[in-house]
Amino acid sequence: MKKYRDDFPIFSKISSLIYLDSASTSQKPQCVIDSVSNFYTTYNSNIHRGLYKIAEMATLEVEKARIKISTFINASSPDEIIFTHGTTEGINIIMNGLKKFISEGSAILLTEMEHNSNLVPWQKIAKEKKAKLYYWAIDKNGQLCDEIKDEYNNIVFTSLLDIPLLSIVALCHVSNVLGTIVDIKKIASLLTEKYGDKNKPFIIVDAAQSAPHFSINVQDMGCDFLVFSGHKMMSPTGIGILFGKKKILKEIDPLIYGSQMIREVSKNLTTFTESPQKFESGTLPIEAIIGLSSAIDYLNRIGIKNVRMHEIELTEYAMIKMNKIEGLTIYGPLKSNDRSGAISFSLENIHPHDIAQILGDMNICIRAGHHCAQILHSVLGIQASARVSFYIYNDRDDVDLFISGIKKVKSIFKK
Amino acid sequence: MNNLYREEILEHYRSPQNFGFIENFSIKSKQTNPFCGDEIEIFINWKSTNKYKKKQISVGEISFNGYGCAISIASASILTEYSKGKAINELTKFSQKDMLRLLGVEVSEARKKCALLALGVLRDCLYAT
Repeated sequence: MKKYRDDFPIFSKISSLIYLDSASTSQKPQCVIDSVSNFYTTYNSNIHRGLYKIAEMATLEVEKARIKISTFINASSPDEIIFTHGTTEGINIIMNGLKKFISEGSAILLTEMEHNSNLVPWQKIAKEKKAKLYYWAIDKNGQLCDEIKDEYNNIVFTSLLDIPLLSIVALCHVSNVLGTIVDIKKIASLLTEKYGDKNKPFIIVDAAQSAPHFSINVQDMGCDFLVFSGHKMMSPTGIGILFGKKKILKEIDPLIYGSQMIREVSKNLTTFTESPQKFESGTLPIEAIIGLSSAIDYLNRIGIKNVRMHEIELTEYAMIKMNKIEGLTIYGPLKSNDRSGAISFSLENIHPHDIAQILGDMNICIRAGHHCAQILHSVLGIQASARVSFYIYNDRDDVDLFISGIKKVKSIFKK
Repeated sequence: MNNLYREEILEHYRSPQNFGFIENFSIKSKQTNPFCGDEIEIFINWKSTNKYKKKQISVGEISFNGYGCAISIASASILTEYSKGKAINELTKFSQKDMLRLLGVEVSEARKKCALLALGVLRDCLYAT
């Protein structure tokens, strides 16, 4: 995969850069950078309104992007694709839209692995609506347990089907810390089988960590909503995607009111357009949409299956090497097939910040902290962890340099 | 590089000065760094010759407890050592810049919150007195 590295200009500008933080944000290939630059230099204009050629061009490019993304995740229509500013905004739109379906005593189910983005909004609405909030526990290997424990109220449900008045199931497709892959399809089929398609709880998927690496098929998964961010999949920052089933989007209210979403405004009454425009108030980050469109083309050229295969191979290689280091503990699933290319670890009692700082001084970029998953870290019984994560531009040399960096960290703290 | 991890800092991290509790403290305070969970708690026993004049109240005993990275622990160790015997009004004037100077290593923007965690706790103790 060395050839893909050459597509990313940052690696020729900084030849010593070992970038192992793609779960946080990815590097950008030249084609994406060019697409943004090309927009600004040849057809910069606002979309949907202008009656001149460059505005038509920009509008066309944005709507082409919508179609492309719809195909990329196999939505049933481009109208199910809403442009947001990122995963967090997407979840907030969903939370706001679904709140009218949440009643006192109904239940919201999350997992212990959720990123704060897919946790805090639900916590807020649960409190507001006096709904119950349950966290699906994980086992030692970072996989969801069969049973769902509510430790606060000391209740154990032997299956998610036993949770009374379950109205929302919001979960990550892939954990940003453990790399665990959640079998969304299995969960969705269980729920559909019991409640029927019409009455089942809403299933919301945080795909921020999976969309850049996995082949996603929302229809096959059976989810109602799925959200992700562009910048983790090589697009510019500031663009995210919210997929929602058409019939639900029709029923829910937008989060932000203003222009673009409007059909007609009189002094005391406003009527709104349909999805997706209903949810896209204000000027969209056009250049980022165009960049995302180009990133999707790039991913399609490589083949998302190849991206995943490369990741499995590199994760396997890294985990073997990491496991050989005395005092290093890897969190999450043991097999590379069962996990993403994000590997969180601790090293003896050396603080993750110290690990990341020493590696950072060597231009080896890793992440340290709780990765916005404080609940998960308290479940793991640690304050913070260090994390490496891979993408198509990484190779075995990066892993080898990282390993030698880890050895250096050990030697500094050993003295 | 690694100036940050020079031997003096690492020594403070490995065997911090004034680490532990004071049983009969006059004041204690605690802060957490929410980004990494580092936690520092400082205990002070004031010594005063005239309790109405802050000039004459000084640090009798001081200790800290908690967990964190090398920088936050070394800072707490160095700061508590520095504070011993100092009068309240003198410590009130001690700035973030002074803390970084005392630490004696170059700290990046991202690590400043580690280097300044103990100072924040000390200030809480001063304000509460």
